[in-house]
Amino acid sequence: MSVAAASLAVHPCWSCKGPVATRALFCSVCGAVQGPGATDHFSRLGMVPTFEIDRDVLDRQYFGFQRRLHPDRFAAKSPKERMLSQSQATALNEAYETLKDPLKRAAYLLKMLDHAVDLGACGTISDPELLMEQMEKREEIAEAETVAEIATLSAAADAEVLACQCHISAAFNAEDVDEAARLTLRLKYLTKLADDARAKKIRLSRG
Amino acid sequence: MLLQLHEPGQSPAPHESDRGLAVGIDLGTTNSVVAVARDGTAEVLRDADGGGLIPSVVHYSDDGSVIVGTAARERLLDEPDRVVSSIKRLMGRGLEDVKSLAGTLPYTVEPSPEGGMVRLRVAGRVLTPVEISADILRALKARAEEAQGKTVDRAVVTVPAYFDDAARTATKDAARLAGLEVLRLVNEPTAAALAYGLDNASEGLYAVYDLGGGTFDLSILRMEKGVFQVKATGGDAALGGDDIDHAIAEHFLAERAAKVGPHTITAGEAKQALMVARLAKECLSRSQGGDWVMEVDGKPSRHFLDRATLDSLSTPFVERTIAICRAVAEDAGIAVADIHGVVLVGGSTRMPLVRARVAEFFGKPPLADINPDEVVAVGAALQAEALTSGSDTLLLDVTPLSLGIEIMGGIVEKVIPRNTPIPVAMAQEFTTYQDGQTAMSIHVLQGEREMVDQNRSLARFILRGIPPMTAGAGRIRVTFTVDADGLLTVAASEQTTGVEQSVAVKPSYGLTEDEMAHMLRDSLEHARDDMASRLVAEAVVEARRSMLAVASALKADGDLLSDDERKAIDAAMELVERSTHGTDRDAVNAAVEGLEQATKGFAEKRMDRGIRQALAGVSVDRLDDALGGGA
Ligand SMILES: Nc1ncnc2c1ncn2[C@@H]1O[C@H](COP(=O)(O)OP(=O)(O)O)[C@@H](O)[C@H]1O
Ligand SMILES: [Mg+2]
Ligand SMILES: [Zn+2]
Repeated sequence: MSVAAASLAVHPCWSCKGPVATRALFCSVCGAVQGPGATDHFSRLGMVPTFEIDRDVLDRQYFGFQRRLHPDRFAAKSPKERMLSQSQATALNEAYETLKDPLKRAAYLLKMLDHAVDLGACGTISDPELLMEQMEKREEIAEAETVAEIATLSAAADAEVLACQCHISAAFNAEDVDEAARLTLRLKYLTKLADDARAKKIRLSRG
Repeated sequence: MLLQLHEPGQSPAPHESDRGLAVGIDLGTTNSVVAVARDGTAEVLRDADGGGLIPSVVHYSDDGSVIVGTAARERLLDEPDRVVSSIKRLMGRGLEDVKSLAGTLPYTVEPSPEGGMVRLRVAGRVLTPVEISADILRALKARAEEAQGKTVDRAVVTVPAYFDDAARTATKDAARLAGLEVLRLVNEPTAAALAYGLDNASEGLYAVYDLGGGTFDLSILRMEKGVFQVKATGGDAALGGDDIDHAIAEHFLAERAAKVGPHTITAGEAKQALMVARLAKECLSRSQGGDWVMEVDGKPSRHFLDRATLDSLSTPFVERTIAICRAVAEDAGIAVADIHGVVLVGGSTRMPLVRARVAEFFGKPPLADINPDEVVAVGAALQAEALTSGSDTLLLDVTPLSLGIEIMGGIVEKVIPRNTPIPVAMAQEFTTYQDGQTAMSIHVLQGEREMVDQNRSLARFILRGIPPMTAGAGRIRVTFTVDADGLLTVAASEQTTGVEQSVAVKPSYGLTEDEMAHMLRDSLEHARDDMASRLVAEAVVEARRSMLAVASALKADGDLLSDDERKAIDAAMELVERSTHGTDRDAVNAAVEGLEQATKGFAEKRMDRGIRQALAGVSVDRLDDALGGGA
């Protein structure tokens, strides 16, 4: 290990001022909770950065970390420790919310690979094929009048979302980042479509 | 092997024993309950007759004395302008909100000059809902102190999950005014789930259906091995048993008008009609029908009410709760069939119609083995114990309503969507829209609707000092932070220059710090002392943490010190130790500062050793033994 790497791996604990591993949650000498630091969402939850994740494992990791870091554990501690625990719990929540949602997870993985996909922008679709497809599907949903019709469309839209997630997974596995990015953008529109179909199904079935 | 004084992060709270007791409080619209937990078992604190409920009713006398509870409720009819009930409905409300409740409120509202929270005129005094709630909390505190023979100075206070930021802040202020430190605000349904979860070792998805006097809440939680994860929450802050009372009273009055002829009724008569209605309603939870007598204008009239009529009068309200249940489940993408159980909370769930509809909707008989009136306080007490004495239970709650800011065209841009796990921090960037713009007004809103005026306005503030730039060049980053109590802080900063401004959102309908200070001074003789001793207590907690930290460091790396160096540190420690026995906050802080100075060289030596060891590649693991908190 180089000197630079060593001083990156170790920094002074805010409480006892001695050395503590930069990524540690607690100081091993004085026990004080440390700040959340800068790390990616996967490492924060002790997960390997892959698109395919086991939701049960994610939940277990999240609960495990929250059990130790949540502000409820620090209610009787000093203000500084309470503040750090709030930052830690906030960081855990952000990581969990990102990783549990396939669309956000895909976009986040792409960002880690320096391949940003803008999920916020709701502007025009630049891929003409995707555009045509989306327009047709929207029209179908708009025209559906019976519960049976919209239920069929909704189920189809959900199936497409799942299929697209499979393709994204395959693209990541094949290390085809461009394809993964294209599919992630597609997933964004498919998800929106599926949400709209579901909303309409609920509306129609309430009569 | 390293000597450890305690498990990292799990050290017991210093000197827990010299603190007062921590209780759980359900501060209800209709009734309040206080409970205390020991070793994971909660006990509701009762009056001499064994009653756990204290009516949330306050009577004010001309001489300034205050009565809370049953005795106050008994005077409701005789002295209507001295008695306040259902004050929870006005927590964090402005005059405008109250107008929309017009007619349903049993008291006179005083116009407040500079906006802000409504004020009531009671017995010749002008009071805020915060002060009135504080009076109820004082009564609960007194009951607990009497029962336990101990000072009670901390509490977990519950709020409806659907309470907005203004109402939450008002509740916290009321507790402060009553001399209680709020350990945590916990949502009522979450507290109820906690009470059940620990008893039943239940696993899976559960719904908590809470129908009280004035509010309806529905939460869906996942329970699993001590984890209570709220998935979704929803409700209506103005829907409850009171609405059914109104429907029954109107029904009686219409019957009467048909028999006796029309008559305009006084406010006192309306109150009496509501009381009769409520009595009839509660009675019909056990019987099938009965006769009630109402007196208007000195002339009594007799009214028969049977279950079928009650059910048809109640149906519209019950159906509204069911519609909310459906919407919350759908919103969370949860199929009703996947919900393993439904917990009933609140007095109104005693109604057979409510039980039947809930059972029908969820497709299973609801759970009500813990008294629905007390279950929230029981959960709050368990959480109070968990927070002060430590526990493995984990409550993961969510934001009940979306939070956003106003953008051009009177539209709300959401920053934090509803049902986001808390604590949370989210930021959004906005650009300046005028050339040379040097300030930006930020309007914070809460609610689900698209337009500003359809949502609740929480606060407004102005970010100033933006350097003049062309339109669109200034980037303003607005960060919303919601803490574990569900309380919001908003900060705004200009990205290119770093001009920053942060406000703990003091809601538009809240109290200013000045007003709070005033009330503290006015109502609590020892408020100043209280405040001061709390600050000393905080300083002492901090000082003890420092001493423990240095002691651990000495155990781990004491060999780095010469005898003289060691003596200097020991002396500084001794000074801190001595200062913590006094009541002088400055002395405590100075001693801690002294210890910091005395250990500077030691800290440097420790860092050197740490980096050297890291270079040798062996010891990062040693410094990292607390990593990997998962599973
Ligand atoms: N036996 C009963 N049958 C029907 N309603 C009841 C019964 N007992 C209490 N209630 C109603 O429950 C409401 C009060 O419930 P509670 O949970 O104490 O309310 P809150 O949480 O609003 O303080 C009142 O509207 C009251 O009339
Ligand atoms: Mg209640
Ligand atoms: Zn330390």
